[in-house]
Amino acid sequence: MEFIKAEDVHFTYDEPNEEHPDAPVHEVLKGIDLSIGRGEFVALLGHNGSGKSTMAKMFNSMLTPTSGKVLVDGMDTADESKTYDIRRQVGMVQQNPDNQLVASIVEEDVAFGPENLGIEPKEIRRRVDEALKAVDMYEYRTHAPYKLSGGQKQRVAIAGILAMETACIVLDEPTAMLDPRGRAEVMDTIRMLNHDKGITIILITHYMDEAVQAGRVIVMDSGRILTQGTPEEVFSQVDLLKTHKLDVPQATELAFRLSNAGCKFPRCVLTIDECVDALVPMLSGKGDSA
Amino acid sequence: MIPLLETQDLCYTYGAGTPFEKKAVQNVSVKIHQGEFIGVIGHTGSGKSTLIQMLNGLIRPTSGKVLLSGRDIWEDPKKIRAVRFKVGMVFQYPEDQLFEETVLKDIQFGPRNMALPESEIERRARAAAKFVGLPDDLLDKSPFELSGGEKRRVAIAGVIAMDPDVLILDEPTAGLDPAGREVLLSEILDYHKKRGNTVLLVSHSMEDVARVASRVLVMNASHLQMLDRTEAVFARDQELESIGLQVPQVTKIMAELKGRGYPVKTCLTVEQAVAQLLPLVRKGDDRA
Repeated sequence: MEFIKAEDVHFTYDEPNEEHPDAPVHEVLKGIDLSIGRGEFVALLGHNGSGKSTMAKMFNSMLTPTSGKVLVDGMDTADESKTYDIRRQVGMVQQNPDNQLVASIVEEDVAFGPENLGIEPKEIRRRVDEALKAVDMYEYRTHAPYKLSGGQKQRVAIAGILAMETACIVLDEPTAMLDPRGRAEVMDTIRMLNHDKGITIILITHYMDEAVQAGRVIVMDSGRILTQGTPEEVFSQVDLLKTHKLDVPQATELAFRLSNAGCKFPRCVLTIDECVDALVPMLSGKGDSA
Repeated sequence: MIPLLETQDLCYTYGAGTPFEKKAVQNVSVKIHQGEFIGVIGHTGSGKSTLIQMLNGLIRPTSGKVLLSGRDIWEDPKKIRAVRFKVGMVFQYPEDQLFEETVLKDIQFGPRNMALPESEIERRARAAAKFVGLPDDLLDKSPFELSGGEKRRVAIAGVIAMDPDVLILDEPTAGLDPAGREVLLSEILDYHKKRGNTVLLVSHSMEDVARVASRVLVMNASHLQMLDRTEAVFARDQELESIGLQVPQVTKIMAELKGRGYPVKTCLTVEQAVAQLLPLVRKGDDRA
């Protein structure tokens, strides 16, 4: 079922310039058509300046298109009377864990969203506990956020959105500032929310090993969609991605280079395990054409 | 040979004597030589940031010593500023610290503080801009007109312009896209080779560290866990994982194959893995 729909979305940050009406306008989004279904896990890739963060801000009405339309659960994001309803559906997690926690106690921070929605205290208590348990931070509920690790802070930020019971979470490079363990924690949480709770996930990332965990990968370049498909379909286009300043996971690249040298891989390899499993029969001489 | 930078039993305790006392660095003794490129890794809170802040005298050790060219940097605390010119530090997200009217002035800020002649300030700033790939036409612009990647280059150039003997970079590629990471890393490596100075790169990206570092320093729970050649450090993949770190994917793949009895060695890059695997695949063919 369709949850988010973008129709021919154009966007420019430039204000119309009255003194210089002919000044060049820098268009960040140049006609995006997109449809995201309820319960999907979509990874949005693109180099810096490709327009992906701008696109993400369209999903909860933080920005509205200069022309074209974005619909969230049938509601037009340009309709200001719907802004709060849209934000109740689509929550946002940002890159820097220190910029999005507001309270001095973890559980108060998580309660901030539902409090603003005017939900009654008993229900808030239930939601906060449930959200903190979902991200595995319940035992830290009375701690001070500033004492948590980066991965823990991001999980609290995610809990804050869960407590509003949004149907969709947009995460803009949530692991960019985290160490490897923090990244793994956040990715485990994201996968669980999608898989077990059916929450729609839109993950913006520069880490290709995170993108392969999504159900669908959308690659943006210069304000347009360059390619999209399953991780296998997208990451098998190694040359295309590299020419657009993107990367593939090292496991995929290793298989790609070996393929170019004549080794036959049965299919596109995305992870360490897949790569090892594909290599082992070749190394013992069973997997190749010989 | 006297190491360029040495720490002896270095310790740092935050809030010593209070109930919030926290030992951030304990008994770290390392020797770093002229011209080395050292990767510094460790999970958040492992003590690596505290360690590097002691290396350029931003914070004073609770006990132990930092020696620069054999001399204790705190021998004369009044001269600690001179140490900071010799050990340059690029902080995380350094683009947040730009403030001047033009890019060139911002890069000149460091050398100007060193009271160099104006011509030398100008020369150094332009040379530093070149090292980090900033084109001339950007130098007269306001730093705030630049893209994120360009701003970061300006900030790094500002430290390079002081011509430090030791350059410490804290997560210089964080938040950049894959191509941006690659270019910036190449520029740093190139600068290191041309200038021949010592570089310490703090990073959460094991791939970056594997690609550029000759030795890797691993911090864990305020202690020095390892300091060894890059291959030797990343060969200990299980130990690294147990302390919240990782090895690059390609290193892990080769370690798995090695574990299954294939005659492969530790690899740090995809190129190395391809070179090792190709002959093995062919050998497999022959047997079949």
